[in-house]
Amino acid sequence: MLQAEVEETIKRIQSQKGVQGIIIVNAEGIPIKSTLDNSSTVQYAGNVHQLLMKARGMVRDIDPQNDLTFLRVRSKKNEIMIAPGIEMYTQFLLG
Amino acid sequence: MEIVYVYTKKRSEFGRQCNFSDRPAELHVDILPDTSLAANFTVRDPCNVTIQCAEEMSEHEVNTERFESESRGINHVEGGWPKDLNPEDMEATIRYRKKVEKDEHYQNTIMQIAGLMEHCCKQNNATDIYQEFFEDEDEEVMEESEEQPSAKTINVFRDPNEVKRTATSLSWHPDGNHKLAVAYSSLEFQKAPNDMSFDSYIWDIENPNKPEMTLKPVSPLVCLEYNPKDSHILVGGSYNGQIAYWDTRKGSQPVEMSTIEHSHRDPVYKVIWLQSKTGMDIFSASTDGQVLWWDIRKMSEPTERLILDPSKKGNLDNALGAVSLEFETTMPTKFMVGTEQGLVVSCNRKAKTPAEKIVCTYSGHHGPIYALQRNPFFPKNFLTVADWTARIWSEDIKESSIMWTKYHMAHLLDGCWSPVRPSVFFTVKMDGTLDVWDILFKQNDPTLSLKVCDEALYSIQVQDNGRFLGCGSQLGTTTLLEISGGLCTLQKNEKALVSEMFERETKREKILEARHREMRLKERSRSEQSREDEGKEADGEESTEELVARAEKEFFDILEAEKRKERNEEKERDKEKGVCEEKDFQEEYETNGVSSFARREISM
Repeated sequence: MLQAEVEETIKRIQSQKGVQGIIIVNAEGIPIKSTLDNSSTVQYAGNVHQLLMKARGMVRDIDPQNDLTFLRVRSKKNEIMIAPGIEMYTQFLLG
Repeated sequence: MEIVYVYTKKRSEFGRQCNFSDRPAELHVDILPDTSLAANFTVRDPCNVTIQCAEEMSEHEVNTERFESESRGINHVEGGWPKDLNPEDMEATIRYRKKVEKDEHYQNTIMQIAGLMEHCCKQNNATDIYQEFFEDEDEEVMEESEEQPSAKTINVFRDPNEVKRTATSLSWHPDGNHKLAVAYSSLEFQKAPNDMSFDSYIWDIENPNKPEMTLKPVSPLVCLEYNPKDSHILVGGSYNGQIAYWDTRKGSQPVEMSTIEHSHRDPVYKVIWLQSKTGMDIFSASTDGQVLWWDIRKMSEPTERLILDPSKKGNLDNALGAVSLEFETTMPTKFMVGTEQGLVVSCNRKAKTPAEKIVCTYSGHHGPIYALQRNPFFPKNFLTVADWTARIWSEDIKESSIMWTKYHMAHLLDGCWSPVRPSVFFTVKMDGTLDVWDILFKQNDPTLSLKVCDEALYSIQVQDNGRFLGCGSQLGTTTLLEISGGLCTLQKNEKALVSEMFERETKREKILEARHREMRLKERSRSEQSREDEGKEADGEESTEELVARAEKEFFDILEAEKRKERNEEKERDKEKGVCEEKDFQEEYETNGVSSFARREISM
């Protein structure tokens, strides 16, 4: 049941205005689900993983009770939004 | 782990074993001092010991741990697949993915983060949180603020040679304004020391320590100009009257120099590039009274020659020495020359005969006109800087300037208009001050007066953006200044206000001129009438020699009168002295007898 919900949620996000694509990556860096082509997916997955580690480490370093909830990377052309999960399921989409 | 080195040797190879035993101390050698040896030495008194009063320091060497770093690239490959899975195998990967998707934990997490993600997405769509506000309103805000006009020094470029020369001319690089060409020479007549270097430099504004390029002319350069069309070419006028041009791509030596026979006979004070199709024409002016036109590709002789003879006869002996030139690209046939005698001569290049070339003259200054420039916004009005004042003229009024500054305490040596604001101009003085004048704000005094250095400032040049200016001093120091925003941004209505002001002043001068003419006519008619009545003939104009003779005679008469007066006074004084002395001596005689007689004789 939940699986259907998951699918539906993903579709809903995808249909939001301005969303270019959505990628779900697991803790090992394997893209589980992606709406983009394979090569881009792999590129994004690889790069984001390191950035996420750094950002999370920084937040934790400044305040050990704190934790990273969301990360937005805004660039000239678009914005990458990264949501880290608990067991490090990371979902990010390009908007 | 301990590092241990093990020696092994067979016991049989050692030899006999050692037998140690105790023994009391034995004296083996005792060397007693031999005092006879002292005879070979003398006591040294005093002893010279060198001591240094400094901190004692010791030298240590430390070897830091090597930190090795390497640049590496990352090749993204799909990673993280469990060991048994072959990532190339499509089916296996799909199967794995499906398995993960069915995992409950996965689903829960996704639901959570999906919520977060959706929220942010909607946020993005709701408002653009990075929108720039107040973009268009910047300008208005600036105008409201009342900032004090100010200028600050950004950089100072000093003449690297030992013998300092005056920075006589500056020229900004035409594109980008990153370079400044400065001409160095010594303008004091015959005071240039023998070992003075002839070089002029091109400085990069960012690096004040060392000039970017050196130009090596045959004689020191008095003026230097970049070609506004081709930024690699510079032309310079030198102290010995020759013109030379350089190409910065070709090195420090001039590419070509004009021949000495056809060049000027005096230092070339100003060289300007002309607007022409080829972009290779220049004209130069010098105190020998000539203005020459050249094509830099053929420097062997000038293309045209003009002699500044106010009587229009082309007589070189009568000619006025030129110290500055003015040329406006919007009026290519007209140009103006500022002379040593204080006259501004306006000329037409396209006239057929040399007599017609000189159109009119403007007089009013007492000394050589060091700077002459048309207002970039109102070309009919021009600025002249000479002796102790700066004057603004209108082309139509030839008798006097329409506006002028008060007489300063020091000579004004150079000046220029601001290229961005029609009401602002800059002047530099002999006491090293830079004055910024804003005629819309204040006309009696400069808006900003800044002491740049202690020695005289000889030249000033503003950049095209009106914000930076360079001024050169007597000791070769060029200072780069930045002026505050208020002085280099065009205000509202400024053009209209300035044009109104110029028109007003021009009208005033016209009226005054008309009045003067009327008065003179009346005087003349009256004096003619009176002469007729008395039947005397007018002397007519005395020639210059008669005037000189008369002046000399008057001078000597006055001298004679003074001398006579002095002699009379002396005689009187002597007489008085004589009377006093006699009185004294009589007394002494009565008291001292013969010796006083002798004394009297000597004193007389």
